Amino acid sequence: MAELKKTPLYEKHRALGGDLVEYGGWLMPVQYEGIVSEVHRTRRKVALFDTSHMGEFLVEGPAAADFLQGYLTNDTAKLYDGRIIYSPVCYPHGGTVDDILIYRYGPERYLLVVNAANAAKDWAWFSEGVKGGVSLNDLSDETALLALQGPNSEAVLSGLTQTPLEQLRYYHFLPEVELAGIRCMVSRTGYTGEKGFEIFCDPDKAGRLWDELMEAGRNFDLTPAGLGARDVLRLEASLPLYGHELSEEISPLEAGLFPFVSFKKGPFTGREALVEQKKEGLRRRLGGLVLLDRGVIREGYRIFDGEQEIGVVSSGTFSPTLNKSIGMAFLLPESAKPGEEVQVIIRNKPHRAQIVKTPFYRRESQ
Amino acid sequence: MKWEIKEGLKYARTHEWAGFEGDLVTVGITDYAQDMLKDVVYVELPEIGQEAQVGESLAVLESVKAVSDLYAPVDGEVVEVNEALLDRPELVNEDPYGEAWVVRIRIDAGYENPELLGEDDYAALVKEEADR
Repeated sequence: MAELKKTPLYEKHRALGGDLVEYGGWLMPVQYEGIVSEVHRTRRKVALFDTSHMGEFLVEGPAAADFLQGYLTNDTAKLYDGRIIYSPVCYPHGGTVDDILIYRYGPERYLLVVNAANAAKDWAWFSEGVKGGVSLNDLSDETALLALQGPNSEAVLSGLTQTPLEQLRYYHFLPEVELAGIRCMVSRTGYTGEKGFEIFCDPDKAGRLWDELMEAGRNFDLTPAGLGARDVLRLEASLPLYGHELSEEISPLEAGLFPFVSFKKGPFTGREALVEQKKEGLRRRLGGLVLLDRGVIREGYRIFDGEQEIGVVSSGTFSPTLNKSIGMAFLLPESAKPGEEVQVIIRNKPHRAQIVKTPFYRRESQ
Repeated sequence: MKWEIKEGLKYARTHEWAGFEGDLVTVGITDYAQDMLKDVVYVELPEIGQEAQVGESLAVLESVKAVSDLYAPVDGEVVEVNEALLDRPELVNEDPYGEAWVVRIRIDAGYENPELLGEDDYAALVKEEADR
């Protein structure tokens, strides 16, 4: 096996006693103090995550916008300078290559933030389409990424900069912000369903930035948090995770990502297959499940409505925020009706669960 | 050592403890095991009257991320289960040798499991696993 990659913050995680595990080819902290307390701190206070394993590609040139429009299911016309959109990327058959964020610096300059586990595959996929007027650069090794998430995140970050952050709106970014004298890019994004920021910087500066954020966070109950908490937080907020709710076999429509698939924008890879799926009717649809009996819903558990098998769990966990077990599942479309009671099979025994509307958790104010 | 290993108990290599009192054996998971598992959020208990067999799963403990079996450290019959764990699974993390006992098993007179470790041997096992 190839040696696992380490982020520039690896030594910080070790020093903090983080449990390090393999994730997408990287050695990453899964938890420090414990997932439950890290989830609570993110929801109630503020948490700092190392997400440097994510990949970053720069797309530049006069044909950059057209290039992206042909790859993305979402419409790049929604972008303007300083604006970010989320978009799936599809194969011609409608399965999903990855789900990514697109940052627009200018009409001819975009940053793509891609999943760590998909970075190599994405690079090959995007490289195939490069032609005149477009250049593609992999900035992953030159980019550290930290996520500061939680209601206190703005207070923590504001302590380190003169730049007013309160005007920075959701899914917008500032390409140049000095944080404790370190040049960063700051976006109001995250994968937790909470208020928060993602901060890009030079890998050489990441250690110092981490320390500055930890220090600035002292008065705001900041905790470092690992991928375990991140996974629970994203599931509580019903955000899809590639490999679970999206894959080469799963289309963005099946995952319920209708707002991020634009049929009216014109041609893009996978469009015909998705149009066909829509016309024929989807074979399965992603829905939310809450366990009514005691237990924990896990990926792969089968779901029944009486005698009929109606689906399978794509992600499941215990939700510390809701104090019950939740999961997302691919269900037969006719079965994916909120309010219906179904049975999840846990260790060969049926457990009562209810199909619910997602997200499971939504923060109170924007 | 960071983890408590209680005197007077026997230990299984799979990190259960067993407290012998006459023909009753109280079973739980060790401090080391609860720390590895962290944040126990659900405990599935066996039925009273169920047969316990060494090495067979008797209960299931789940943390946020992991599902972990509690294996029977002795042969016998389950005579009591700790229902407090159903409502308060976090007791496993807070008091693994006390309030978070999981099951009581009745053993036959004279029953012994020679595979169980004393506290020194268990301490050595934990040290070896923790250093790995």
